[in-house]
Amino acid sequence: MSNLWPRIEPLLARVEKPARYIGMEQGSLQPQHRPDQVSWLLVYPDTYEIGLPNQGLQILYEILNERDDACAERAYAPWTDLEGELRGSGVPLFSVDSHRDGGAFDVLAFNLSAELVYTNVLNCIDLAGLDVRAERRRLDDPLVVVGGHCAFNPEPMADFVDAFVIGDGEEVVGEVTEVVGAWKRSGRTSREGVLRELATVPGVYVPAMYHVSYDGPFLRTVTPRFAGVPETVDKRTVADLAEFPYPKQQLVPLVEVVHDRLNVEVFRGCTRGCRFCQAGMITRPVRERPADQVRTMVESGLRRTGYDEVALTSLSTADFSGVDGLVADLVNEQSGCGNVSLSLPSLRVDAFTVGIASEIQKVRRTGLTFAPEGGSWRIRQVINKLITEDDLYSAVEGAYSQGWRRMKLYFMIGLPTEMDDDTLGIAELARNVVAIGRRYHKGASATASVGGFVPKPHTPFQWFGQNGVSELGRKVGLLKDAFRKSGARLRWHDPAATFAEGIASRGDRRIGPVIERVWRSGGTFQEWGEHFDLARWLDAMTAEGLDPDWYVTRHRTSDEVLPWDHVRAGLHRDFLWDDWQASLRAHGLPDCRWTPCYDCGVCTDYALEHVVASAVAPAGGSQGTGQDLSVGGEIPVHFRETVSAR
Amino acid sequence: MRGDAGFPVRLRFAKRGRVRFISHRDVARAFERALRIEQVPLAFSGGFSPRPKVSFGLALPVGYESDAEYLDVELAEAIDTDALVEPLTAALPEGMHVTGAIALQDRAPALQEAITSVSYEIEVGRPGSTPRPGDLARAVDDVLAASELVVTRRRKGVDIDEDVRPALRLLQAAEATVLHLEVDTRPHGVRPTAVVEALPGAWSARAALRTKQWIERGGARLEPLEADTRPRMPEACAS
Repeated sequence: MSNLWPRIEPLLARVEKPARYIGMEQGSLQPQHRPDQVSWLLVYPDTYEIGLPNQGLQILYEILNERDDACAERAYAPWTDLEGELRGSGVPLFSVDSHRDGGAFDVLAFNLSAELVYTNVLNCIDLAGLDVRAERRRLDDPLVVVGGHCAFNPEPMADFVDAFVIGDGEEVVGEVTEVVGAWKRSGRTSREGVLRELATVPGVYVPAMYHVSYDGPFLRTVTPRFAGVPETVDKRTVADLAEFPYPKQQLVPLVEVVHDRLNVEVFRGCTRGCRFCQAGMITRPVRERPADQVRTMVESGLRRTGYDEVALTSLSTADFSGVDGLVADLVNEQSGCGNVSLSLPSLRVDAFTVGIASEIQKVRRTGLTFAPEGGSWRIRQVINKLITEDDLYSAVEGAYSQGWRRMKLYFMIGLPTEMDDDTLGIAELARNVVAIGRRYHKGASATASVGGFVPKPHTPFQWFGQNGVSELGRKVGLLKDAFRKSGARLRWHDPAATFAEGIASRGDRRIGPVIERVWRSGGTFQEWGEHFDLARWLDAMTAEGLDPDWYVTRHRTSDEVLPWDHVRAGLHRDFLWDDWQASLRAHGLPDCRWTPCYDCGVCTDYALEHVVASAVAPAGGSQGTGQDLSVGGEIPVHFRETVSAR
Repeated sequence: MRGDAGFPVRLRFAKRGRVRFISHRDVARAFERALRIEQVPLAFSGGFSPRPKVSFGLALPVGYESDAEYLDVELAEAIDTDALVEPLTAALPEGMHVTGAIALQDRAPALQEAITSVSYEIEVGRPGSTPRPGDLARAVDDVLAASELVVTRRRKGVDIDEDVRPALRLLQAAEATVLHLEVDTRPHGVRPTAVVEALPGAWSARAALRTKQWIERGGARLEPLEADTRPRMPEACAS
């Protein structure tokens, strides 16, 4: 009974890519389950190809399996074909490690890295044989625990989740294990008892322990229901990455997945202060891994896995202090291993970065990706992504002249204060980039990928009213015209999907029933164009009596209670508001690693400090220590604060 | 050109159990990783994107097991090929076993061109009814007595009817539900499951195992490890 493989195997003959479901990755484990252990099923609620490389899940998988009181296996959302087969033959969600029944674990833990996977979480809970609503679950059902960046606004998923883990999971998974283990040993007397206990673990938010009150459409309060339940939940932060050299045995999948290479996390956190970037805000401060440890992890990882590519991952790897020295060392050490390539997935836009890229990529110079994000210098000041046109042009010139032929440029549209000139600046930049490339190669190309901006909780833009579907569609139309005969290619994200993401991103608890309706109507895999349909979301909003524009396109006021105010990333609300106001004046804010602290709140509140691998600041230039902080000009739009209905 | 840069080696391997669900391409990637893990000295192609020079034989359909898969890989230096067998097996996914290795002659024909026929062992069944002894043998006799065996195959999204009778080298009921089959690979491969489905009596394949691949050349019938071998070089050893 515990091994479902004999029942799964015949189904695999009828589905696409059956190898997604067989496990057997190098580095995977077949833990023995003992009754005195807490068993975790770590579920990535998207396809195997997207979920397998997830570093967070792999780190927790190892940490839990190293513990004597825990064991962990993995599962990924079955694609729609296998889901149909599973439901048709009554087979539940299963782990890929030992093909164990998902409902037989003590904890189902989900990694939420994007809002549009929420319906997949419900689907996986349901496939595991649990009621999707936490309050209706039975005493001995697994606990549903959720972590990842989206947990920083837990409210839209509050109805379905027993406990959210806010922030870094390395330490807190052990504490959760201990609470659940004690509960198991005591004979699982009451579900509420274990939830109350979990609510006292720092970094754990148990939504059932809080009462929510409204004032018309507005949220009024979120208050603990019991003494001992904290009023606010602070994120967990691992102070020193050096203590966690995970994953030690990165999983090597048998099928091709995204980021199919050795990945070594070189730092966590980012202090560039890009105002749209939730990851940069909620993962502060910067914690760099010691360069020696990076070298060891690269060397042992390559040797063990047989990969021919290693990526140094972080939110902005060129900012790793002493990155040039590290890269030079790695290139020299790896040159004996035969054609190993090194990649820096998040490239800064400047010539320094291209210099590093050319250092490491002696071969296979095909494409490079840069993310200027905004089409004009003014809008880049607004979003605090202080890349000058010179930075971009010198970067691409350096790249094309050294053999790269394809440039990919990432941009957002629908940013605060955006005017059509800002939007059209994207086409201008792309056209100029191609023109530079054509000086070096006849076939030089540039592709601009444009996505609609979705304001995220815990960022200075959390108060901003997102552009609606028609406005984003209009801007895409402008760009389509402007890209004609530009020589550059344009790709864009579906504005309708951007809108649905906006519903979930800043939603409150009332969005829970909407997510449930979307799921019940068959809306899984909402990140996949072929499965997405905005009508499901709008119909669900209507059925729940909710106004989509109130959630998505409305500007919030300074006094409004935000649904995630009781979850703390350490950033002071005043800091975020002031930075939001500064953005409207197009004021830049420097990288605080190299300039005096402006007290965003994180280091001071949590008694943390930046941990840097080298005391030497990254190379100068506008993207290093010499950022251009000149104040922007007149704001060309009148930015209206919506008057609250109160 | 094969052999120009180094020392071509031919490996035989089995693909058994759960790993049968991985694709031809996944198998290739698993081998590339295993060769690097064991630090086998590979020869690389030139140019901006150097790749190891590895070439595989006929693709095995996803879900089939095999005892007779082959690949040719070009090494940068001569090594003792027997010494590849165990380490590569250890570095490969569970269920993939290297079962033989030989040094190839320079300019040996590629597997894709050299292989002339393939043998399979197919476990068959009839949904909804238990076959009686002799049922399968009778179905086989019917097929062999007929002048044609038409199967439908899908090519570029279009269904094409095709007579595969001339490609059948062997069709034999080995047991009540086990079929032995050998099919030509030219002008193109024949899917054994399609042959099973074309048998009279609504048979379907439950499991398929590729047992051999053959190179027929000048009247001789060779397995790929017997063809085009390079004479042993006793002084060669792994450095």
